[in-house]
Amino acid sequence: MNSLTRRQMAWRAAQDIEDGAYVNLGIGLPTTVSDFIPRDREIVFHSENGILGMGPAPKPGEEDKDLINAGKGLTTLVPGGAYFHHNDAFLMIRGGHLDLALLGAFEVSETGDLANWTTDDPHFAPGVGGAMDLAVGAKEVRAILEHVTKDGTPRIRKRCVYPLTAPHCIKRIYTNLAVMDVTEDGLVVREMVEGIDFPRLQNVTEARLTLANDWRPLAAPLV
Amino acid sequence: MIDKRMRSLAEAVQGVKSGATVLCSGFGAVGEPVELLNALRETGVRDLVCVANNAGTGDEGLAGLIKEGRVRRIICSYPRTVDPHCFEAAYQAGKIELELVPQGTLSERMRAGAAGIAGFYIKTSVDTRLAEGKELREIDGERYVLEKPIRGDVALCRADRADRWGNLTYRKSARNFNPVMAMAAALTVVQVREMVELGALDPECVATPGIFVDRVVVVREGREGEKP
Repeated sequence: MNSLTRRQMAWRAAQDIEDGAYVNLGIGLPTTVSDFIPRDREIVFHSENGILGMGPAPKPGEEDKDLINAGKGLTTLVPGGAYFHHNDAFLMIRGGHLDLALLGAFEVSETGDLANWTTDDPHFAPGVGGAMDLAVGAKEVRAILEHVTKDGTPRIRKRCVYPLTAPHCIKRIYTNLAVMDVTEDGLVVREMVEGIDFPRLQNVTEARLTLANDWRPLAAPLV
Repeated sequence: MIDKRMRSLAEAVQGVKSGATVLCSGFGAVGEPVELLNALRETGVRDLVCVANNAGTGDEGLAGLIKEGRVRRIICSYPRTVDPHCFEAAYQAGKIELELVPQGTLSERMRAGAAGIAGFYIKTSVDTRLAEGKELREIDGERYVLEKPIRGDVALCRADRADRWGNLTYRKSARNFNPVMAMAAALTVVQVREMVELGALDPECVATPGIFVDRVVVVREGREGEKP
């Protein structure tokens, strides 16, 4: 079975981002999606801490300690970028001004519920950051996550087990095994990797899946 | 004559009382007024309610106040940021209360506090644990949760440049929570990298007008209180 690597998952999600889109990428795996945007597309990346036009990580010698991304890593500004304060950054999110938020997740349900902020682990204080704002605010919200946990537990659920970030917010799901859309009729598989058949995919998924008639193989270059 | 310049960090934080609600700016350590927070710690105040995006990084600034047990309650969106060991120790020991607020709700609650708005309905957190116990209301077919304003007794902020009227400019992503916190407190104290002559700041570039600012102190490479 040709399960995608995490970089290949990011590559696949990047192919769907349209030219001209204003996009917020969540912390972690989603952040790497910006590495794989096709060169002929101009995408404006937004950061919660007051940046539009966020660029790649700085080259050695070009670091600026006052310029960080939402994950607190050093970043850069592209020509045409702008700075603003936190209220404006979240007005852009909550007010529906962003075309897309692509977020990591612990779980996604078959109705598009998202759980990505806490696992209720008593060893750690919970933190929510901007996750709930992004989930309810962007024009479209997509999730990118491994299909199952390290111990094989499905992450694509009938109902999320972990506390919700927001209900009914996810429209498309990218995993290492499949691309799925959340529809009125539940989860529809648009793409699945070669070497897995639909019964096997269903077997590692708690939510009920439907295979699209025009489904395609999910493949990504070795990135 | 208006002159908001302070000679020292100690003078800048003078009068803050135990039990105060302190708005602590910054996103992680960027834009955090570390030296002002250290000076506040040195005054001996306790029982503080701190409002911040994170709960301190390393051992200085907000982390230092938490480390010494001066913070009774923290209102923040994401307590565990880079090196949060002071908060973690206090939290695990049950020595600090945590009120978790979504980041956009946190900044909007302060904006409401600044703007004289008694509350607002927002869709963030509806149908989640963070909306439990709050009033829900349906408006034009969509459900919202009522959120109330936050005002500080004092705001501690950090800016790039200031003049003696307290007009402020910021640098890059160090702006973050500074403008809204500067607006939302009874007493706003700002540490800046550089003080300039009145009229030297481009009015088009002033991000916080001086009306919101009460005290300004220069902190340049660890030095304080320089007056031009």
